[in-house]
Order: sequence, then structure tokens, then C-alpha cells
Amino acid sequence: MTRIELDRVVVRAPTPGGPVPEVTVLRETTLELTERRVALIGPNGSGKSTLARLVNGLVEPASGRVRVDGLDVASKGREVRRRVGFVFTDPSAQLVMPTVVEDIALSLRHQVRGREARAEAAREVLASYGLADLADRSVHTLSGGQRQLLALAGVLATDPSILVADEPTTLLDLRNARMIGDLLLGLPQQLVLATHDLDLAVRCDRALLVDDGAVVADGAPDEVVAHYRATVG
Amino acid sequence: MTASPLGDYQPGTSVFHRLSVGAKLLGLLALSVLAVAFRGTATTSGLLVVAIGCCVVAGVRLARAARALRGVLVAMSLLAAYQTWQRGAEHAFVVVGALIGLLLLATVFTTTTSVERMVDAITRWLGPLRRFGVNPELVALAFSLMIRGIPLTLAIAAETREAARARGLERSPRAYLTPLVIRVVAHARATGEALHARGLGDD
Repeated sequence: MTRIELDRVVVRAPTPGGPVPEVTVLRETTLELTERRVALIGPNGSGKSTLARLVNGLVEPASGRVRVDGLDVASKGREVRRRVGFVFTDPSAQLVMPTVVEDIALSLRHQVRGREARAEAAREVLASYGLADLADRSVHTLSGGQRQLLALAGVLATDPSILVADEPTTLLDLRNARMIGDLLLGLPQQLVLATHDLDLAVRCDRALLVDDGAVVADGAPDEVVAHYRATVG
Repeated sequence: MTASPLGDYQPGTSVFHRLSVGAKLLGLLALSVLAVAFRGTATTSGLLVVAIGCCVVAGVRLARAARALRGVLVAMSLLAAYQTWQRGAEHAFVVVGALIGLLLLATVFTTTTSVERMVDAITRWLGPLRRFGVNPELVALAFSLMIRGIPLTLAIAAETREAARARGLERSPRAYLTPLVIRVVAHARATGEALHARGLGDD
């Protein structure tokens, strides 16, 4: 299994117009993630999304190092991003091409050469996720569940060894949240899942509770989730 | 749903679907030049016949063509009224008819050309500029993002207008424009982040 390492990582963010020039959004954190499914839970603004974003370089640490399979994210960002897929809360920002098939084809630009072959491969990817009927639809006309499934298919089409998902079910209804959740947990890839869905978190192999920019609990998901529930009251 | 005049590709097998992007654009350019260079009733009539014929051959749905024309209906009506008042009905027909004909031909182009083909064509055309530091793939991606951004921006505008109306602020430009600009910029930032996450720009 892939190894994600955080070595004394600190993340700060500027606060334009604020009383101080920057705030610490993640305090010094050292972690090693080797489990197949890792859940990041915690309240809004706790730093779990920051932690997730560190894994493929969307957030750069102010100090410390992040490594994926031994590759430094800061200096080997390109190689790391080819290994690490990322799914966002709102798939609208992630879907950048006008039609469903074109968006998947964009993901395949490195793997498949030639427009026709790429379109063919994209249709096969769509078929494998039950999205074949939507191939020529505008991404703008899809439902929330279909968009998130498409965003996920677009990421998985590149065959990453790690998938980071930042609250992927938050905007979805119960049925779609369950469908996406089941799909994510069944993937063979290593999964880092930032989520408010504690039922989903408890099904992972390890859970980290993030609060106020620090990992305050780390261990078996049922214990960490119980600790979180007790903290909230 | 807010419609966009761009990025509304209809898959098909017509001759226009099979023509290369460059050939279609050159044809559109040639007809545009002809319409201006040989301005007259006969040219405009001919252009309209050609445009309608192209729509039929390309299989452009009537609703799609009507939607494209509806978007410029007010501007065309005002232009027709002005031209009729200033230079007579015949001149109004020559000017407005030519514009409608060209708009229909542009609709044939967008309806029969997928964005991916446009992106491929742009990438190919910009290839020679690579030696001057131009990255054709990035330019092509920016182009497709622009097309994708149009319906998104229109949707955000519609949502923002509804939100302002729900608060009884439909007459306040500030209540409409401020959240619109903030949301469009926020969306652009989120899109940039997503592109980064997908490794686009790493090439």
C-alpha cells in the first residue's frame, strides 16, 4: 500500500485585512498513512480539508515536508499529482469541459493518443460507471449525483494509486451519498476521505479527528468517531 | 436552465460534422466577407437560403436555431427599426438579414463541432508557436474553459438575481452585482484548484 508521510508540517494562510497577517490553519503535524481507507473527520474549519489538500500539493506547507511514496510533494508535484487523484465537494468546479465524454477524454490525454481513440476510451470509462447514456450531455445539465459520479470517474480514469476526497457526499441526497460512499470505500486505491458523514468514516480502516488545526485523535474509526461525538456533546 | 450560444454540440453524421474545423471556419469567414463586400438584397437573400439549407443539412434542431436567434432578437429588432427609419426597409433587410444568416451559419458551426475538435484544431494551429514559448495545449484548454464558463456564469447570474429578488432587492444593482462578481471569482479560483489537482498545467 502507498505511504503518505507528513513530517512536522505546518500550514499558514494569509488573512488580508485581518488583525494579523496570517493564521495557522494546521499546527505542526507528523503522520504516516499506510492504511487503505483513512477518514479525516472534524468540525467545519478544523483543518481536515487542508490536511487532505496537502497530499497532492493543493496546499503548500509553510514548513515541514509531505511525501507520497517517498516523493516530495513540493519538488515532485507533477509526479505526485499523477499518482494522487482528488475529488472536490462541489464537482461543478472540477468538470471543465462542456460535455460528459469530453471531460473524461481530457483526463485521458496522457494515456491515450488520438482524438478518436480517446473518445472511444472515454465512452468505455463512462460505461463502466453506468454513465454511457449521458456521454453527449452537457455537464451543466447533470444532477448533483451524476456530476459527482462523473468527477469521480474522471479522476479514476487516470488510474491513480491514491484518491483524496474532500467531503464528496456533502452536497448529495441520501441515495447519491450512499452510492458515492459505497463506490469510494470499495475502490482498490488508497483512500483519504475528509467527511462529515460519520457512518462513512466508521467504515474506514483508520480515522483522524482534526480540531482547531491539529489531529486530536487518531486510531480505530469507531473509537475516534465515539470520541468526536462525545466532544460535540 | 440558462442557455449558452456556445458549446451546444449535437452529435451527428452530416457532412458538416465530418468537415474539418478549419474548413468550416474558412467557409464562415468567406461567406462573411462576401456578405459585406457584395452587400445587396440578392446577396442577403442568397445568404439566408444558404444558411437555412446548411441548418437543414446539419440537422440543427428548430428549437436550437430559435434559441440562437432569440438571444439577439432585441438587438436585431432595434437595428432593423433604426435602419428602416434611416435608410428604408430594403436596407434594413440587407443588414439584419445578413447578420441573421451569419448567426445561423455560426450556429451550424457550434452545433456540428465538438469542443474537443476545436481544442485539437487550436492545438494544431498553435503548434508552430511552440518555439516562441507558447504552450498550445494550455491555450486550447483556456479556450474550452471559456466556453464552459459561459453557461456557468449565466447560471450563477440567474441564481444571484433570484436570491436578490427573494430578499426584495431586485432593484438594487449592488445586491445583484456584488455577489455575482464574488461567486464568479470564487468559482474561477475553485476551477483553477481543480485543474491543478487534475495535473493540468503540469504538462
